[in-house]
Amino acid sequence: MSSGSSQLQDIADRVIAQASRGEQVEAYVARGVETDIRTYEGEVEHFVSAQSEGIGIRVIKDGRTGFAYAGTLDESAIASVLAQARDNVAFGTPDEWAGLAEPDGVAVVPQELWNEALAAYPTADKIALAKELERLTAASDPRVRVDDANYSDGAGETAVATTTGIRVNGRENACYVSVSTLADDGDETQTGFGFSVGRSPHEFDLGKAAREAADRATRLLGAIKPPSKRVTVVLDPYVTAQFLGVISSALNGENVIKGRSLFANRVGEPVASPLFTLIDDPTNPKAYTATDIDGEGLAARRNSLIEAGVLQGFVHSSYSARRAGTVSTGNSVRGGFKGTPGVGCLAMQLKPGARTQAELVADVEDGVLIQMVQGLHSGVNPISGDFSTGASGLLISKGQLGAPVREFTIASTLQRMLHDIVEVGGDVDWLPSMAAGVSLVIADVTMSGA
Amino acid sequence: MIEHEVLERVLATALRKGGDFAEVYAEDKASTSAGLDDGRVEQVSSGRDRGAGIRVVVGETTGFAYTADLSEAGLRAAAEAASAVASQGGAGTRVVSLTRSPAHVVNRIEIYPDTVGKAAKVSLLQRVDEAARSMGGAIGQVSAGYADSRKRIIVANSDGLLAEDEQVRHILRISVVANGDAGMQTGFESLGHTIGFELFDQHDVEELARTAARQAITKLRARPAPSGAVPVVIKAGSGGVLFHEACGHGLEADLVSKGASVYRGKVGELVASPLVTLVDDGTMAGEWGAIGIDDEGHPSQHNVLIQDGVLTDYMWDHLRARKEGHAHSGNGRRQSYMHLPMVRMTNTYVLNGTENAEDIIRDTPYGVYVAKLGGGSVNTASGDFVFGMTEAYLIENGELTDPLREGNLIGNGPQVLRDIDALANDFAMGNPGTCGKDGQGVPVGDGQPTLRVKSMTIGGTAS
Repeated sequence: MSSGSSQLQDIADRVIAQASRGEQVEAYVARGVETDIRTYEGEVEHFVSAQSEGIGIRVIKDGRTGFAYAGTLDESAIASVLAQARDNVAFGTPDEWAGLAEPDGVAVVPQELWNEALAAYPTADKIALAKELERLTAASDPRVRVDDANYSDGAGETAVATTTGIRVNGRENACYVSVSTLADDGDETQTGFGFSVGRSPHEFDLGKAAREAADRATRLLGAIKPPSKRVTVVLDPYVTAQFLGVISSALNGENVIKGRSLFANRVGEPVASPLFTLIDDPTNPKAYTATDIDGEGLAARRNSLIEAGVLQGFVHSSYSARRAGTVSTGNSVRGGFKGTPGVGCLAMQLKPGARTQAELVADVEDGVLIQMVQGLHSGVNPISGDFSTGASGLLISKGQLGAPVREFTIASTLQRMLHDIVEVGGDVDWLPSMAAGVSLVIADVTMSGA
Repeated sequence: MIEHEVLERVLATALRKGGDFAEVYAEDKASTSAGLDDGRVEQVSSGRDRGAGIRVVVGETTGFAYTADLSEAGLRAAAEAASAVASQGGAGTRVVSLTRSPAHVVNRIEIYPDTVGKAAKVSLLQRVDEAARSMGGAIGQVSAGYADSRKRIIVANSDGLLAEDEQVRHILRISVVANGDAGMQTGFESLGHTIGFELFDQHDVEELARTAARQAITKLRARPAPSGAVPVVIKAGSGGVLFHEACGHGLEADLVSKGASVYRGKVGELVASPLVTLVDDGTMAGEWGAIGIDDEGHPSQHNVLIQDGVLTDYMWDHLRARKEGHAHSGNGRRQSYMHLPMVRMTNTYVLNGTENAEDIIRDTPYGVYVAKLGGGSVNTASGDFVFGMTEAYLIENGELTDPLREGNLIGNGPQVLRDIDALANDFAMGNPGTCGKDGQGVPVGDGQPTLRVKSMTIGGTAS
């Protein structure tokens, strides 16, 4: 974070100054503004301009934790939040490892998270961007209709203070445009989407967003339901990023401690193909989720998770690290002022190979290029490793892309898929997600269709 | 929460620059939650969310702003921000006169959450933990969450509507991990209703925990699910999400009006097996999606969507109803004051058929019996949907045999609705759900009797 707000820091400081003896107190204060513009058929469908603020207070005493929040920074409300958090302490179970983070001396790698050009960008220009994206998309293919085009931005500032010596604040802003499409052919309708993200609107590529949105919808027109059989799949970078998101659950140190990770007790062992090298590196400014500090206020850092298929370790917050007998990896994550921080990967990246997606496809005898998945939240269990997801894409036969296919599933287990990785592509895509995308080839996956 | 006269002045401010419609939605929500994991009550949390969202509609354009400041000055500032879309000006002063709607009480609350001590809430978690762990050494981990909320809402609009409601919800969730030779498996149960703390006197939470534990233990001997198209029997009360995804979303008027639903232009047509009568019902007392009024101030309703297989109507919110000259259906909902309302389901269910559930299984030589479904999702334009099966068994020669590992089922909504070839008479509501749409989550319920779909694709790995 950079050059944050002294006002929010003052609020946080005042709260922790009220800590009693034997009490650890953390105050997390946030304030934000956002703009959401949606256009439809050349007109503004909605214009949302919003401000929000709030405070979350955590109190730990005798190993027991209490928490409370309020969506306001009103002085009397803050007093009541502290009182509630204190009252809640009495109902927790004592936990010898409970405690707030303490400064660990790891240097912060500064990130450019604030963009003045965005902060100064006029509202009329934001509306014009959404309209232009809608126009470009509709003009890209006669079969394509635009469901909606959107411009969104947000700016937020936060401050954290703890009685254990953490004191950080900062601010951050970002923006994106997105478009949803419908493509019709007779009775059939398929959908697509496109987006572009940036620290400032000057970084947008509207043409690419429009082309992708049109292509995603039209490429599925006339798609068939494929037969059921075992195939090799090539995951599009966008799908690989989601796959890595599932894997991250098993690399979460808290899940390991609590018996919910299929990687528990496997450090130093091969858990994936030797081609698979995975890091979590929020200090890489190319990552969409790049950040300088984690949810507890410690420096974000680069962590090696899987090296040439061998499990190196897990990500930790100060709490999970204390329980595991190690130190925080700077991977505390916090969803805002309404909750306490948890543990998670921040910016995953798979070490890329050298070849393009087209070159990867050319080597596949019988397979499917998976362009979209549906139902990762319902058919994948990161605890058992069972993996089954709806999918759509293009058949691959003797190295050639063929007919579009939809309404089928691909299934295996996470454990097997990691070992069945045949190749990692060289086409890294810094998507707006927690993981960067890259094409990934996985053998021996069950495709279920007709 | 806000004085009648203040609301009138704020609405006038919202329309000062012009506009066809203005609305103030205010809420005050107090919530408590507690989480137990790994044998410990990790923390009790208290939350307070209070604020108002103001929208101004000008033609096809909506301006929206929200604020946590419920003073008249704060509300007026938000009204000004929302009215920025009305730039034509010259509308002059518009006087808004509000008339209070009669209360529409659907849910009867006996024990309000703020009258129950936190110790009683926490002890539910401890009872659940103990009960799940009593199921044997295979149980490796138990986590449980308790949450309650008491939300008061007030809606006022420039048509003169003034309506209020109070929504009290309690929910308990239990997740269990069991360890076996072949790895870990999971079980999950939840209990949630729009009623007071009396919920936990009316239900056996220990039994719920044991059920979650049994589910995880049973799955330790599960074999891979089949791969490909097979007949699927879905247990009563576990498959409402099928209808939520296969057609519920596609019957939302906002999606229909943009041509983003496979059900557009199909009113009066046969869209499902004649066995199917589908209802969306916000008045179903105590259910997770039950509401007195929707978040646009209109009373909840019992709406028949499909009658004997024929599509009778869509679900509506204010904007779509106004545009099409249709009556409100009580389906305008939003996640909170920070969100614009849109068309949402409440409790969506299929009415009873006439068959006996056991007979349906007995008449199925080979197939899959789904005893519990997980989440799902749908592409309303193509109709393709998926949902996860978290507890399922193989049907062989008309009998349930081996448990199956988890996986997704995939189908096309209109096709699956036509392929329902048996419907039992054992209706039950399912677990409380959170329906996500356009980034907003709202509580919904679903239900159905045991039914059979003659062919659905199971995303397993067994050939």
